[in-house]
Amino acid sequence: MLIGKPSDIPSSAITPKDRYLNRRRFLRGAAAAGAVALGAERVAELFEPRMGASAGTKLDTVKSPLTTTGEQLTSLEDLTHYNNFYEFGVNKGDPAKNAGGLPTRPWTVKVDGKVKAPKTFDIDALLKLHPLEDRVYRHRCVEAWSMVVPWVGYSLSEFINQCEPLSSAKYVQFLSYYDKHVEKWTYESSIAWPYSEGLRMDEAMHPLALLTFGLYGEVLPNQNGAPVRVVVPWKYGFKSAKSIVAVRFLDKEPTTTWNDLAPNEYGFYSNVNPNVDHPRWSQKTERRIGQPFYAQRKTTLLFNGYADQVASLYNGMNLKKYF
Amino acid sequence: MMKRSTFLLLKTLTWLACLWPLGRLVWGAVTNNLGPDPTARITFATGSTTLNLLTITLAITPVRRLSPRLNWLIKFRRLLGLFAFFYASLHLLTYIALYAGFDVNSMAADIAKRRFITAGVAAWLLLLPLAATSTNWAIRKLGGKRWNRLHKLVYLAAVCAVIHYWWQVKPGVLTPLTITVILAILLLARPAWVLWSNWARSRKVARSAV
Repeated sequence: MLIGKPSDIPSSAITPKDRYLNRRRFLRGAAAAGAVALGAERVAELFEPRMGASAGTKLDTVKSPLTTTGEQLTSLEDLTHYNNFYEFGVNKGDPAKNAGGLPTRPWTVKVDGKVKAPKTFDIDALLKLHPLEDRVYRHRCVEAWSMVVPWVGYSLSEFINQCEPLSSAKYVQFLSYYDKHVEKWTYESSIAWPYSEGLRMDEAMHPLALLTFGLYGEVLPNQNGAPVRVVVPWKYGFKSAKSIVAVRFLDKEPTTTWNDLAPNEYGFYSNVNPNVDHPRWSQKTERRIGQPFYAQRKTTLLFNGYADQVASLYNGMNLKKYF
Repeated sequence: MMKRSTFLLLKTLTWLACLWPLGRLVWGAVTNNLGPDPTARITFATGSTTLNLLTITLAITPVRRLSPRLNWLIKFRRLLGLFAFFYASLHLLTYIALYAGFDVNSMAADIAKRRFITAGVAAWLLLLPLAATSTNWAIRKLGGKRWNRLHKLVYLAAVCAVIHYWWQVKPGVLTPLTITVILAILLLARPAWVLWSNWARSRKVARSAV
């Protein structure tokens, strides 16, 4: 249940997870007095429930055959406290501290460019457009660290079909939310805001490309790109734009933020590729987040381990030239 | 002149302050509490402590010139400089162990190909002879004048260290700016002082000639 009147939200859906987990621990050790106090807290919450779908709200999800198996998930704590979201500060811990003011409701996504007709989608309409799936993906940053993330969303192609792009649409551009009064940390870098990213149409239509609304079965925390973002698991993380407010269909390659800033370091494609070094560091290995320092190093896989599914998109392309 | 007990207290506090960043890392490693990316934490902590200590070391001479009463600061310079070298070495060791995995070929390739690593290694190599000649024996052996000339390399080491920092961060990221401005002021204070004292001397000479 996402949006609803206070009365139809079950209390289990509105109590933040850490609180009810703590509560269980507490209950195990505490006697009846504790239980009484707890009951009082629960009653108090019924009178002051969380409105709307803020972080921590459970999402109804279904299983997906496209999920990645055999990986240890990165903890929710690390996923939400190790973020690159430069609008909220350039240090990894900054977005968790600063992104609280991001107004995720109401929220709309504007669609224009090479489409049958421009449209605007409300976030609640997007959430209902297709069943939400649990999809675990490896996430590899161009900075050579990696995570394993249990995302919630559906294939971007489902959304694109609703946008009704024209046959002349060859690329799709994603623009992130930008308001310097909310994102007061944009001066920390010399980026031309808003953040812009893009994909070739066939990449965007690939079933692995995910329009993402959640994390660990719950609504995305702000610092992870709430309320809607894309996740492209075979590309470096910066290709997966956060907090999207506009989607544009274009007949030529859009200007994208990091590529524009340093084209020799960040290619438009930026597929994860251990054979193409970043000018400043090797991409052969990566540091897995949340592991002890002596156990972090892992071998980086071509297309981040999704080569079987996506390599055919790049048949005949020189991946060293189109890095 | 400062009382001996005050001096000993200040010396102890300096040691503790210099060991503090390392202590925090060791404590974090032992308790498995170095944050989501321990390798990056260790790298950044050792690197930024090196730069901070280098900056404090380079501040001693300009600050002493402000007043003769601050002359005692010179007694802390060697200690701070050696700690800067100590953290620079830990920083280098972090790279060798946790990034290059002790693989000599990959280190050679990195030094040749990646300019931020080249600059960092250059800064460490420039500090090495300074640390090696930090003993009283070495000062006597070299003679004050030659020793002084050799230790001017610290300026070059500081410049290399700051360039290393700028080349390491993403283009567009401005975090190294603060330390760069402070170091630039400290380095420019030196020629400024020479110019000013020359000018003051020539005025004095001119006045006494009249």
